[in-house]
Amino acid sequence: MATSPATGLPRWEADPILIVEHLFMRFGGLIAVNDLSFKVGRGDITALIGPNGAGKTTVFNCITGFYKPSEGRLILAKGRAPTPDEIAEVTRIGERSLTGRDAGVYLLERMPDYLVSGEAHVARTFQNIRLFTGMTVLENLMVAQHNALMAASGYSLKGLFGLPGWTKAQRAATEKAKYWLDKVGLTDRADDPAGDLPYGAQRRLEIARAMCSEPILLCLDEPAAGLNPRESLELNTLLRAIRAEHGTSILLIEHDMSVVMEISDHVVVLDYGTKISDGTPEAVKNDPRVIAAYLGVDEDAIEEVEAELHTESSAPGASA
Amino acid sequence: MAVQTADTAAPAAPAAGSPSLLGHAFKDALITGLIALGLFGPLIGFETVIIDGALGLAYRPSLLAIMVGIVFVGRLLLNLTLWSPNRRPSTRTGPSVFDRIGTAVGPGVKPALLAFAVVFPFLSTFLLGGLNESRYLIDLGILILTYVMLGWGLNIVVGLAGLLDLGYVAFYAVGAYTYALLATSAPINDFFAGLFGATFWANWAFWICLPMAGVFAGVWGMILGFPVLRLRGDYLAIVTLAFGEIIRLVLINWVDFTNGGAGIASIPRATFFGIPFNAGPDGFAALFGLPFNPMHRIVFLYFVILALALLTAFVTVRLRRLPVGRAWEALREDEIACRSLGINTTTTKLSAFATGAMFGGFAGCFFAVRAGFVSPESFTFDVSAMILAIVVLGGMGSQIGVAVAAAVMMGGMEMLRNLGFLKQIFGNDFDPSLYRMLIFGFAMVAIMVWKPRGLVSTRDPTIFLKERKAVSGDLVKEGHG
Repeated sequence: MATSPATGLPRWEADPILIVEHLFMRFGGLIAVNDLSFKVGRGDITALIGPNGAGKTTVFNCITGFYKPSEGRLILAKGRAPTPDEIAEVTRIGERSLTGRDAGVYLLERMPDYLVSGEAHVARTFQNIRLFTGMTVLENLMVAQHNALMAASGYSLKGLFGLPGWTKAQRAATEKAKYWLDKVGLTDRADDPAGDLPYGAQRRLEIARAMCSEPILLCLDEPAAGLNPRESLELNTLLRAIRAEHGTSILLIEHDMSVVMEISDHVVVLDYGTKISDGTPEAVKNDPRVIAAYLGVDEDAIEEVEAELHTESSAPGASA
Repeated sequence: MAVQTADTAAPAAPAAGSPSLLGHAFKDALITGLIALGLFGPLIGFETVIIDGALGLAYRPSLLAIMVGIVFVGRLLLNLTLWSPNRRPSTRTGPSVFDRIGTAVGPGVKPALLAFAVVFPFLSTFLLGGLNESRYLIDLGILILTYVMLGWGLNIVVGLAGLLDLGYVAFYAVGAYTYALLATSAPINDFFAGLFGATFWANWAFWICLPMAGVFAGVWGMILGFPVLRLRGDYLAIVTLAFGEIIRLVLINWVDFTNGGAGIASIPRATFFGIPFNAGPDGFAALFGLPFNPMHRIVFLYFVILALALLTAFVTVRLRRLPVGRAWEALREDEIACRSLGINTTTTKLSAFATGAMFGGFAGCFFAVRAGFVSPESFTFDVSAMILAIVVLGGMGSQIGVAVAAAVMMGGMEMLRNLGFLKQIFGNDFDPSLYRMLIFGFAMVAIMVWKPRGLVSTRDPTIFLKERKAVSGDLVKEGHG
């Protein structure tokens, strides 16, 4: 299991790659995310689950820079877990990041969306697939390597004259795209428009495209939505392979419990913008608050649960 | 089945529906006729005339009857044939006839058109029997090529990056005024006269100002683009439209600098890389041992604009295969996905805007040297609209489509001037050139009905693994700002 051998702590405590601290997101009077704190372990597959409207996608949008959080700190740790001093230092000096040779601390809430992907290397996919439908599968994967290729093409100057440095970079990028096409089983369709692919293949292509940007943290928003059971299984295999072969940590939102319980090392449960449970899949599965949030309970059960938890305010309202 | 006369192509027509088909069609046509009567009545039925110095009404019942009759009969015929419920809709599988023709002749079209463009001045001279006789055709060629170049320039912004720019003429104007102001500037002339001789600036101004015009227009593109590009869709279109007008109004009103509405005249002409086209001993004709002919300059201008247009095409084709070009197209497809992949959308949009503007500036510089005179009147919204129409008609993002569309639009507009034969039909009072824009409008509507994605609707992928397959236009997005 995902525990650190040295300390016996779970990995997300011992070596977190992402630390979410007191995240608030307010839309006018609506509080979508309310004082959320959790950690994502390096090399873990972490699932963020919760009923519809719990604020999961809002958390994703905050992490990936599409929303600016109302309050809170989002720390991405590259290379190794940062010391509290390092975090305090980068927060104090007002910079977006503090990077050394093999480690770095990025404050994602200070970065615009394209830098979260381009500099901090956090890639994401979308709940409603966002491929470049009019471009071919291969082109989609080439666009994902934009920043690296842009530098290699001398910001278009070298590329315009077809200098060797550029053609070499382009060939390397094509090789990488081929590798990922192979990985998601789309090599035969490389030259077809992305919009022509069946739904499941589009989902896989979106993951491959995100991986082409060389992320250290991959955020997947409902990767199994709309997949049949066989495709869900293939997705599990793909995600495990990404983690094993590339060391990419994965944070995913998912409703399909067969995916969540099967592959995740760590599950965070959200309801009405607050965290109601956090732990291993087994622990979360048996948490009465999670069961209550998902299934709803009758009034007697609420009283029972309340008695059990010795809390008076955490149970959901009158009846579900 | 008794009434089923019009449609023999549908043998399996529903028996219950057929007897009332004619009745239905007739009723529908009658209603349409009545609506037409109501609409045309006041519009065509009455005519204001001046009778004895006072305004009076004349009635035109026969003309009204003809118009309503046309609508009624036309509707009835359409109901019985094209719109008949018995007509079996043609099911389309695979690419349309046009697409198949396109694929068949596709590879040969570009070289053929290029070769034609290169030999065009000689061909027209040969066919019309002399340089002077072919002046009209070569001028028309220059006009068409100018719009081909402008279309290709705007194509970068609208077709590739998907940013609707209604003020492209602003960059055309910046390029033209850059050349006009620099070339007629007395201090610069004096400065170079001191260094290289009195005629240096007059002979070399165009070649020195051409790159500067492009750079200035590109910088203007960035200056205008920066505040504008956070807007999307309709808002972007309106603001770019306003910028186009602002530039023109500044040119009119800043009289000290631009000479206002009077324009700038006697701009130095183009030279053959420093050799002027004149009858003197140092002129082009004398140096090359040819008899002097003012047409030499026109033919030379033709090749200059051809080279500039080809440069635009070459750069665009190259840029499309570079990361920046792919990012433009990705931006058109899905801006949010671009941002999630680390693409800075602001700089990407600005680069598209500036590159498009730069080519507009080159074209503007050429316009100024060809005409020898610039005034704000040349840079009205009509020009922007015409260039945009060329891009949309050609198929957004397609090079060859835009070139053909420019030739059709500009050439077609010119051809419509030669409708003299219509006078024999409608009588001498009929002025066909007045109907030019009407015919033009009808042609646009017709093309948009038949080919809504433009002449070339497929997209050519920029890279391929095994086989280059064109992407169907249905999948390609137009962009939303």
